[in-house]
Parts: sequence; structure tokens; C-alpha cells
Amino acid sequence: MDWQGQKLVEQLMQILLVSFAVVAFITGYVLGSFQTMLLTYAGGLVFTALVTIPNWPVYNRNPLKWLDPSEAEKHPKPLSANSGSKKKTTKNK
Amino acid sequence: MHSFGYRANALLTLAITILAFMCAFASFSDNFNSLTPTAQVQVLNINWFQKKPDGDDEVSLTLNISADLQSLFTWNTKQVFVFLAAEYETPKNALNQISLWDGIIPTKEHAKFLIHTTNKYRFVDQGSNLRGKGFNLTLHWHVMPKTGKMSANKLVMTGYRLPETYR
Repeated sequence: MDWQGQKLVEQLMQILLVSFAVVAFITGYVLGSFQTMLLTYAGGLVFTALVTIPNWPVYNRNPLKWLDPSEAEKHPKPLSANSGSKKKTTKNK
Repeated sequence: MHSFGYRANALLTLAITILAFMCAFASFSDNFNSLTPTAQVQVLNINWFQKKPDGDDEVSLTLNISADLQSLFTWNTKQVFVFLAAEYETPKNALNQISLWDGIIPTKEHAKFLIHTTNKYRFVDQGSNLRGKGFNLTLHWHVMPKTGKMSANKLVMTGYRLPETYR
């Protein structure tokens, strides 16, 4: 999951959960059933989990563009030669 | 939010926080209910009325208790505990309160009832003050909500005056 994806997933999580909570509360109150509220909210929680927890492709639309190693070698840093960097343009998660 | 575990953790934490708020709101919504319980109690008979060997008065009553407590059952009510108390004043104690009958009402369907019973718990005075004593019959109830604070209230009903002599 890339940076944009993480931002998106956090916003989605908050919006979805709060909306389901509001809907569940209103439904429960109108129907006069505490159980309905809890079940609606639990359903919303499962849905939100399915939307936000797996690493869906939509969260990987803006992959990080890492410099090519050969590019880094042309501009060596004064102290440590940065040898550990790998090409991570196809980074998942 | 970069890994599976972090997202699951964030979701769970947020979900439980929101759930706590929902419960708080549910508890707050109890303030908007109009509670209009009604109750009547009749003392049908005095089965016996005597002085126990240790000097305390004891009386046995037959009661007709009818009540409609359905308005106490809102969406946030788990159950209602209800008890009928005889309340009277003696020279020694400003308030004597003796539970004559009690019950736990689990659902709204059971909240409207008519019970014909003798007193479930013994009506014994601390002393010998019951002859000719008038007492109030009071229906007390405690509402146990699903979330939030327990609440209690009572309904004072017409009283009864015990006879002047033992029987």
C-alpha cells in the first residue's frame, strides 16, 4: 500500500465507521431496539473491515518512484555509500 | 496504516471508541422518555395478626397488586426490579420500610400484571407498634438499563389501617 493509499484508507475507515454508527443509532432508536443498533453497527464494521484491511489494488495507484541505483552511484554521499537500496517501484505494502 | 495488522488495529480501536459513544448517546436518550407507570394495591384480607413470643408484632396480609409498568421499558431497558413496601412511622423510627413483595420484570410483555398473593416476606415490626397503625403501600422500582445509570422511582398508593386488636 502506497502513501496515497494509506491516506485514503484512513479517511475511508473514519467516514464509513462514523456513518454506520449514525445510521445504526437512528435505526435502533426509531425501531426501539438496542439489538438492531448493535447488529447494524456490527454489519458496518465487517463491511468497513473488508474495504479497508485488505491491500486492494486501488490503494496502490501511486507507487513510490525510487531512484535507480546507478543514479545514486553517480552522486555518492560523503560519508556512507548507500549500497542497500533496491529498486522498489513495484512495492506492495 | 502500512500493513495488514496496523490497519486491523486502527479499525478495531476506532470501532470500539465509536461504540462507547453510541452507548453514551443511548444512555442520554433515556432523558427523553415520559414514564407514566400506574399501580394499585388492595389489601383484601388480614390472615392473622399477632404478637410473636419475642414481643414483636407480625401481620399476614392478602394483597391484590396490579400495575402497568410498560412505559418503563424503553429501548435501553434491560429489566426492572419492583418491590412493594409498607411504610409507616413509629416513635422510634421516622420511616419503617418493610418489603412485602418483589419481582423482576424481564420484558415489556410482563410489565402489565395483576397478582393475587399473600405477603412474600414477613411483615414484622421492630416492636409492638402495629395495632391501629396506618401504613402507606409504596411501589418502588429500579430500572436496569442496557447502558448507563440505574434509576429508581416510586409510587405511593393508598394505605391501610391495621385493626386495633390481634386476631
